[in-house]
Amino acid sequence: MSKELDFKELQQLAAEILGVDAAEVELDKSFAKDLAADSLDLVELIAAVEDKYDVELPEERLETMKRIGDLWTFLEEEQGGGPRGGSAEHGREGGRAPSTQAKKQEV
Amino acid sequence: MSTSNGVRVAVTGMGFVTPIGHDTETVWSNLIEGVSGVGPITRFDTSQHSAKIAAEVKNFDAADYMDRKTARNIGRFCQFALAASKMAVEQSGLVPADMDPDDVGVIVSTAIGGMEEIEKNQTILLERGVRRVSPFTVPMMIPDMGSGIVAMHLKAGGPNYSVVSACASSAHGIGEAAEIIKRGDAIAMIAGGTEATITPLTLGAFCQIKAVSERNDEPEKACRPFDIGRDGFVMGEGAVMLVLEEYDHARKRGARILGEIVGYGASADMYHYVAPHPEGAGAARAMKKALQRAGIQPEQVGYINAHGTSTKVGDIAETKAIKEVFGEHAGKLAISSTKSVHAHLLGGAGAIEAAATMLAIGRGMLPPTINLDDQDPECDLDYVPNKARKADVEYALSNSFGFGGHNATLVIRRPDPN
Repeated sequence: MSKELDFKELQQLAAEILGVDAAEVELDKSFAKDLAADSLDLVELIAAVEDKYDVELPEERLETMKRIGDLWTFLEEEQGGGPRGGSAEHGREGGRAPSTQAKKQEV
Repeated sequence: MSTSNGVRVAVTGMGFVTPIGHDTETVWSNLIEGVSGVGPITRFDTSQHSAKIAAEVKNFDAADYMDRKTARNIGRFCQFALAASKMAVEQSGLVPADMDPDDVGVIVSTAIGGMEEIEKNQTILLERGVRRVSPFTVPMMIPDMGSGIVAMHLKAGGPNYSVVSACASSAHGIGEAAEIIKRGDAIAMIAGGTEATITPLTLGAFCQIKAVSERNDEPEKACRPFDIGRDGFVMGEGAVMLVLEEYDHARKRGARILGEIVGYGASADMYHYVAPHPEGAGAARAMKKALQRAGIQPEQVGYINAHGTSTKVGDIAETKAIKEVFGEHAGKLAISSTKSVHAHLLGGAGAIEAAATMLAIGRGMLPPTINLDDQDPECDLDYVPNKARKADVEYALSNSFGFGGHNATLVIRRPDPN
């Protein structure tokens, strides 16, 4: 995976699969509580993300996917070979590669 | 005398997603005018298939009837069922969410289930591996899911399952739903059938048993029950759902009653996987039982909506069965196969034909068997050829027979004039 990450693309993909508006797909949104995504939705979303970004989410990471930000962090790690920090830009604005490291919360 | 317990079952709503329209008036007009819903298949490449025609549901956007996510995550047969159920319940005026959850049940019948989704995911499995198989494959393929989806969306918490008996599925389903009301297990039942199997494998499999018409150059003339030139059935798709309701409950709330389900008979051929009993013995027993349950004499029946699939063996066996049950009266009956117009909805066939029967006797106009140009001499009854006919009919039968030798007959009564 070498292409620069664009959060807008992930927003659109998640919106299509979860049946929500792209604007609702924000880093701190919980799959279950905010986006009404059940485990089936999540499996489908992850399969689509794996296809789109040519990555593979390890089985054990699946359990940790609680928020959009968790998925984004995973993609950042895959791209950069490890977690990145820095930008505080908010995903809803469609900025490139906003970090989620500071935004992780309990679900 | 009737062997039924005296509880009457009215029909107070009908919903349609069919090859001949998605509302009662369009469906009715096409039935009466004999406007065929059959055309070339557009849903997949038929270059390998000997049959290249079917009656597809056209101009259907699931998002018109449900949220985007539901539309995406349920099978096509469930989309049809949910849309048709919503229309039926709306017409009935019932609001299941405002009733006791046990009061309204659902039986959506289908012969096969989510075949398109099975085929699609089988292809994914072979081409891309198991990790790309949709997590929605199971709920999209299991044939009971229509009943589950309708209950979830319409908040109907009563008896809920599906009845599977191939092409008799929804006739059995409607019959069983009526029995549920009669025995007091629900006040109303949302009941009917759905099918969405115009797919490469399903059609290919039917081609392999030489059951489907190959009149590819004249699609609208391909389904020709009781005609000597017939060469098999034509596959259709779609859903028709009815709201069945305890008669007094419907009357008390001032609902418009569209008809009554007064009798139901079910039987087995005990003969062959796909061929009907040559004398129609099982079919005859189903009709007799249904008449007995209704408490009426054969002479009181004025119309039969035949199973009439446009296969030689089926049409002849049904004709023999009708003669066996009705004797001399068989020659005075009006019989038509509306499959000639809407084609064979498989698991949805019993429901669309029950609805057509109810509309026909309620409106005093019998839909024709179209394409009946040269009647098979072995089918020597009155099949209402090619042209609708006015008729004053109080009781009618709707016959449905399925592969496996399953037979179901419904007796339908027109609504009381007062």
